[in-house]
Order: sequence, then C-alpha cells, then structure tokens
Amino acid sequence: MNSGPNDATRLPRLLLQARGEGTMTLAEHLQLRGELATSDPHAIVEAIADAGLRGRGGAAFPTAEKMRAVIANRSRVGGRPIVVVNGAEGEPVSVKDRFLLERVPHLVLDGAALVARGVGARRVIVTVPDGDDGRRAQRAVGQAVTERAQHRPDGASVEVVSVPDRFVTGEESALVQALNGGPAVPTFIPPRPFERGVERRPTLVSNVETLAHVALIIRHGPAWFRALGTAGHPGSLLATVSGAVERPGVWEIESGTPLGALLGERSGSPRAVLVGGYFGSWVSGDIAMETGLDNESLAHAGASVGAGAVVALGADACSVSEVARVLGYLAGESTGQCGPCVHGLAAIAAKARAIADGSADLHAVNQLTAWGADIAGRGACRHPDGAVRFLSSSLRVFAAEFDDHMRHGPCDACLAPPSLPIGPTPALTR
Amino acid sequence: MSVHIRVNPITCEAHGLCAELLPERIHLDDWGYPIVDGRPVPRELMAHARRAAEACPTLALLLEREPR
Ligand code: SF4
Repeated sequence: MNSGPNDATRLPRLLLQARGEGTMTLAEHLQLRGELATSDPHAIVEAIADAGLRGRGGAAFPTAEKMRAVIANRSRVGGRPIVVVNGAEGEPVSVKDRFLLERVPHLVLDGAALVARGVGARRVIVTVPDGDDGRRAQRAVGQAVTERAQHRPDGASVEVVSVPDRFVTGEESALVQALNGGPAVPTFIPPRPFERGVERRPTLVSNVETLAHVALIIRHGPAWFRALGTAGHPGSLLATVSGAVERPGVWEIESGTPLGALLGERSGSPRAVLVGGYFGSWVSGDIAMETGLDNESLAHAGASVGAGAVVALGADACSVSEVARVLGYLAGESTGQCGPCVHGLAAIAAKARAIADGSADLHAVNQLTAWGADIAGRGACRHPDGAVRFLSSSLRVFAAEFDDHMRHGPCDACLAPPSLPIGPTPALTR
Repeated sequence: MSVHIRVNPITCEAHGLCAELLPERIHLDDWGYPIVDGRPVPRELMAHARRAAEACPTLALLLEREPR
C-alpha cells in the first residue's frame, strides 16, 4: 500500500512534517510537495468546486461559488480583482490559521496564488493580526514572500498587512474597510466585498486554512481531497482544542471524527463542549463525545464546526460564571456602531453577570431569551447573531445551573479560577 | 414588485419616528431602536412607509425591492 505523502487517506495533510517550532522553507516545501503545475484558471475553479471545499473561517460557504461571484463581477463592473488572505483570527480560542502561517506559509501562499490565478487577480494581500499574537506569523509570512520573490515569481504581487487583533476584524467588510485605510469595523452591506472591495475592485476574501487546502487540491485532485471526510464536509480540518482536555493545541483530523477522539477520553466526559468558538454552541459532554466534528452530525446537537475551535468545560468549572465572562467579552468586542448590538449585548452581559452573582430575579433567564431574540439579525454584521447563538445554547445546556444560581446564588465552583480564555490568545500552540 | 423595509443599524440613532409613523410594521426595542417586520409592505401601507423613511433624521430607514 502506498503510504507516501500522496496517499489520500493519510493524515496529516496540511501539517505534514510541520513539526516543532520552525517554519518550512521554500526549498523544504517544494521538496515535500513538488512544484505547482500551472493550471488554467477555469480548471482551478472547477477542481475546487469538484472537491466540495467550503470556507474554513466559520461560514462554510462554498469556495468555488465565492470565486465565481468575483469573476462575474469582474466582467460586470470591470477592474482586476484582488485576493485577500484572511488571517485576522481574532477569536481567543482559535489559533489554527496563525499556526499554518507560522509553520507552512508556502502552502497558504500557494493557495493564494492559485485562487488569484483562478479569478484573474494580480495582487494578493495577506492579513495577519498585529501585536504579540501575530508576530511570529507576520515574520514567517514576510520571509516566505521574500523567498518566493527571489526564486519563483507567483504571477501575483504579495504583500503582508497587519490588522487589529480584535474579534470582529476578520469579518469581511471590516477587513476590506481596514485595507482601504479606514477603521477595521464592519460596513453596511451591500456592496459586498466580491462586488466592491479593496480599492473598489471585486475582492475575494478567503480564509488561511481554506487556501492551504486549495494548494493540495490542485496538486492531488478533488478525488484525493474527498478520500477523507464526509460527503457534505469533505477533507481534513484543523481544530484548535483547548480547555479540560488531554492534549490542547492545533490538530488536523478527518472531518466527521468524533469529538471524543479529539478531546481524549481518559479523563471522562467534560461537563460540556463548546464547538465553533464564541460564536458557536455548547453541546453537553456525553453527547459531544459521540458526535462527529462535521456540520451534518453537529446539526443534530444544535451546533456547527465554525472555524474549528473546540473548548471543553471541566466538571469543576462553573458554567454560569464562564458564560457570563464570555458574554462580557463579546459585549466589549462590539464595534459600537449599531444600537441593538451595543445596548443589547451590554444588557445581556450584565444580566448574565447578575445571575452568576446571585443578584438577579427569577425572570432573568426569560429576559435573556427575549433580548437575544430581539437583537438577532439587527446588526450591520453577524456579531450579535453569534453572541446570541452562544447565549441560547448556554441557556439550553446549562439550564439547571442557571436556575440554581437564580434561586440560590453563587455555587462553590464560582470561586474557581476562570477557565475560558478571553482577550489575547494563550500560548496554545507553543 | 414587493417592497421591504430595512434599517441601516450603523446610521440609526434611535429617534423612533419610524415606529410612530408606521406602527403596523415597526416597533421599538428596550433601547429605542426599531424592530422591523420583514414581510413585504402592502400597497395600502406604502404611503406611510415612504413617509417614515423620509422622516428619519439620519435616513437610516430604507425601502428596498428585494429582501436581504
Ligand atoms: S453589529 Fe456590532 S460588531 Fe457588528 S458592526 Fe454593528 S456594532 Fe459593530
């Protein structure tokens, strides 16, 4: 049996030989992966479509469809498209995109060059979080771009831009506005980036991991890509695993792998597992361990993969306090532009805090539910919707704990140190 | 042709005139911002809808042909 790097069922794919702390050089990358055959633009789009690749930034939108929308606008409004690599991973419990940029930047840049060719772009902008969290990724990508310029021109110019390390920065319209010299906050749409983006050109904004998959799909073909994963969610995926788990970090798994295998079953079921990060949903521990990490399986548990952030809450943590902290964080990450988001999230966070502190009345949970329903869908971006998704699953999965806090005040576990990270990303991968 | 009401939440400043002028389709949340009924505006309400959109001091109330 073939067990070389091209064996379709072998894992890891993206993280093959991405060991240790180092960055794979261009020479190492080419030796491992081989040269990219130059493909015709149409063939690139078709291969991505046949592979069934969906965006790995959270929304799971089919990548080929997004490319076609850019291509359609190119002919409609004119103007050469621009490709933006979305590395603005502001989610505190996700580090997989930075991990790719730090370890295998050439795989990401290959993917960017390919989609640029596919949509007819000559300019690629790679965005990376600023500050300490993004520094290693910035350096690795910067060096990789220099290496490529010297040895094998891509046909597109590539620049690296650092963007604010905030939760909302990765929202496409925020990223586009930042690259146009404005603040990194969402804009009212339309126009959407594929209609009018950076420099008013049709702009393809694509997630880092998505592009790394593109680099392998074009090398090995759609059938190779589909040899792993489920029909609806083909391929491998990167999960950032943290919290009460045996092995925190970034793991590449076959999509559809049961969460139990990812979290490690030795320590028993966690109280609950948050799937999809802080815009995601809680699944109670025993159900989660049996559920596959793919959108069809997770739908039965009211969750979705999102950007692949998985956080286990241990039995010794207080779910109500943890939820209140995260809601406070999300309220603080509102960009302050839309009334329902600003006031609604602040009110929700304060009420959740009051429940945790034992100072809320018995209607507090109903009030949270009503406010959540009120603000969903009413921001310029999906920030309130994501926060409400997190809130509703919290109220569902931790119903007994919320009720207990409303009736009896703080529990013993409320005094435990906080376990869900908020703010700058902890050293998950270091 | 069906017309739908949409609010630009970035420019909306909770003046609340729209809810007064078009209570059949708009009510205010706990902070004074409009919650809009997403169904198409029937012909008999069109004049009111147009007046509500024109009365908004920040022109945040939009009448659109397609639902978004
Ligand atoms: S919904 Fe919230 S985060 Fe999104 S643009 Fe409006 S204020 Fe900013």
